[in-house]
Amino acid sequence: MSEVLVVVDHVDGAIRKPTLELLALAKRLGEPAAVFFGGSDKAGEVAEKLKAFGAEKIYVVDDAEIKGYLVAPKAEALQQLVEKASPAAVLFVSGYEGKEVAARLAIKIESGLITDAVDVEEGPVTTQSVFAGNYTVKAKVTKGTPIITVKPNSTAPVEEAGAGVVEEFAATISDGAKTAQIVAQQPRKASGRPELTEAAIVVSGGRGTGGNFEPIEGLADALGAAVGASRAAVDSGWMPHTFQVGQTGKTVSPQLYVANGISGAIQHRAGMQTSKTIVAVNKDDEAPIFELVDFGVVGDLHSVLPAATEKINERKS
Amino acid sequence: MNIVVCVKHVPDATGDRRFESDNTVDRVGVDGLLSELDEYAVEQALQIKEKSGSPEETKVIALTVGPAKAVDAVRKALQMGADEGVHITDDAIAGSDYIATSLVLAKAIEKINQDKGQADLVVCGMASTDASGSVVPAMLAERLGLPQVTFASVIETQGDQVRIKRDGDTATEVIGGTMPLVLSVTDQTGEARYPSFKGIMAAKKKPLDTWSLSDLGVDAGEVGLSVAWSEVEDTTERPPRTAGEIVKDEDGSGAGALTDFLASKKFI
Ligand SMILES: Cc1cc2nc3c(=O)[nH]c(=O)nc-3n(C[C@H](O)[C@H](O)[C@H](O)COP(=O)(O)OP(=O)(O)OC[C@H]3O[C@@H](n4cnc5c(N)ncnc54)[C@H](O)[C@@H]3O)c2cc1C
Ligand SMILES: Nc1ncnc2c1ncn2[C@@H]1O[C@H](COP(=O)(O)O)[C@@H](O)[C@H]1O
Repeated sequence: MSEVLVVVDHVDGAIRKPTLELLALAKRLGEPAAVFFGGSDKAGEVAEKLKAFGAEKIYVVDDAEIKGYLVAPKAEALQQLVEKASPAAVLFVSGYEGKEVAARLAIKIESGLITDAVDVEEGPVTTQSVFAGNYTVKAKVTKGTPIITVKPNSTAPVEEAGAGVVEEFAATISDGAKTAQIVAQQPRKASGRPELTEAAIVVSGGRGTGGNFEPIEGLADALGAAVGASRAAVDSGWMPHTFQVGQTGKTVSPQLYVANGISGAIQHRAGMQTSKTIVAVNKDDEAPIFELVDFGVVGDLHSVLPAATEKINERKS
Repeated sequence: MNIVVCVKHVPDATGDRRFESDNTVDRVGVDGLLSELDEYAVEQALQIKEKSGSPEETKVIALTVGPAKAVDAVRKALQMGADEGVHITDDAIAGSDYIATSLVLAKAIEKINQDKGQADLVVCGMASTDASGSVVPAMLAERLGLPQVTFASVIETQGDQVRIKRDGDTATEVIGGTMPLVLSVTDQTGEARYPSFKGIMAAKKKPLDTWSLSDLGVDAGEVGLSVAWSEVEDTTERPPRTAGEIVKDEDGSGAGALTDFLASKKFI
């Protein structure tokens, strides 16, 4: 069976959950082989975890020489690895970096690229959700080694150990790839709440909060949810951009999405329309968000949410 | 200085977007417009020109690849203030994937470099609003052998140096590069200007070139649906959501109803 390369998304050796999801998808296509760009000191710990979630092989590419540069060196290293391993496919997590490394690799190895898959089956045949979630598209790569970027939350990680053989891979990086420099980097502070794209429940607030996100956060904490925001809330400076749900923010597909004081513009829908259950609280009974909901409350979020939060906390205790 | 800004003509997101029988995006039968995310690219290109030491010696050239009516995207950019336009159109391009689109754009930029002077900056949007790939800028950088400084939320230029802020998933980064380079900008860079009446009138007299594949030296067999490196097998419209239950919050009843609903679905 051929290897299926899974490019590991991690922060300083802490593997992010979508990578584990990719390992589960890779298993459907062949032998999962993870590719870790990072320090050799972190490799042991990283390999343990990847192995536990099904990696048959772990390629370790020491990044000491390239970590100060944006995407191009990684694409170059992967080109060399693809030439050596002849994988059945290369999988990336859909994100700024994953997509751009994938894009450059596609040109380098003359292979087709599919972005933002929400499922990958044998073939590989991908499923994508397009036009703000209004269409489902099945596609496949017809030339070269399929390169696929997959959205977070597309499948559940499977804890089933693989062989986990660690192999150092020494890539040769050209000077031409070291041109866009990462001058400074400030890691994001953890919020203590679940990650937006990984959460089972998301509670979001929009312009209707008037800038007061306390009712949103209160409900989120009662439900163990992540907090999200509309672009109007982000543009007003009430929430950082990383909380934005929608076309130019995050796509979420949780079990439950609660939209509060959000009108439901097409660009917002694009990021949440595929949620399993949708609930909205909005003052305006004609807000378009109500077209999407399983349950809606026409009312003021500043009174409905705190009262609901209290009731939920009562039920829990 | 020369700035090329890549603008895409896309189906209107607030209208009816759909697929053709061959599973390509219907670009002809629906209303289209300049991708809203590319308006931010045009805006930043214009601001870089305005802030540069010599705006009168800086040229912003709007470039699009698309069917006949895609020229509207270039026209809008000219109305906003771009100096020249280039429209690449050819029947053979229909149904092209990212790979072919980026090839045509790269060849067009090479021709611009020759005919109109070297592009110091190639500015793109963060994504097209129809495909949302966010991959064309990286592909252009790869094809043109240029640095890529992408997903900028804040941009600073000084001489031939470019610095941007990039708000990634796990960190905020400052990225730097030396021109010539490919820059892509997000919708965090600030509202795009509206064309003024004067701008609309002036746009009518601005140079607008239309080039075909043969002008670029691209073989028709390298682009289009039949040679795409990926293939759509099937498209299905998502069934509309069934209407849910909507209650009015009267005398505080909304909170109880909401809690009951969440409990009934086992979210509590
Ligand atoms: C290119 C582009 C990309 C975009 N990307 C995104 C994106 O990624 N994400 C995104 O969200 N938007 C995006 N937008 C913006 C989008 O079009 C809308 O402008 C935005 O989603 C509106 O946010 P909102 O619903 O919070 O505000 P509004 O549309 O102003 O709605 C506020 C709602 O709150 C209700 N309300 C007011 N007070 C209360 C109260 N006390 N209690 C309850 N309800 C109340 C009102 O009835 C109203 O329905 C994008 C736009 C463009 C052009
Ligand atoms: N057909 C096109 N013509 C001109 N520019 C394009 C075209 N397709 C993509 N681009 C540019 O590439 C960016 C990203 O597009 P995409 O990778 O399709 O999401 C867009 O914002 C445009 O700047």
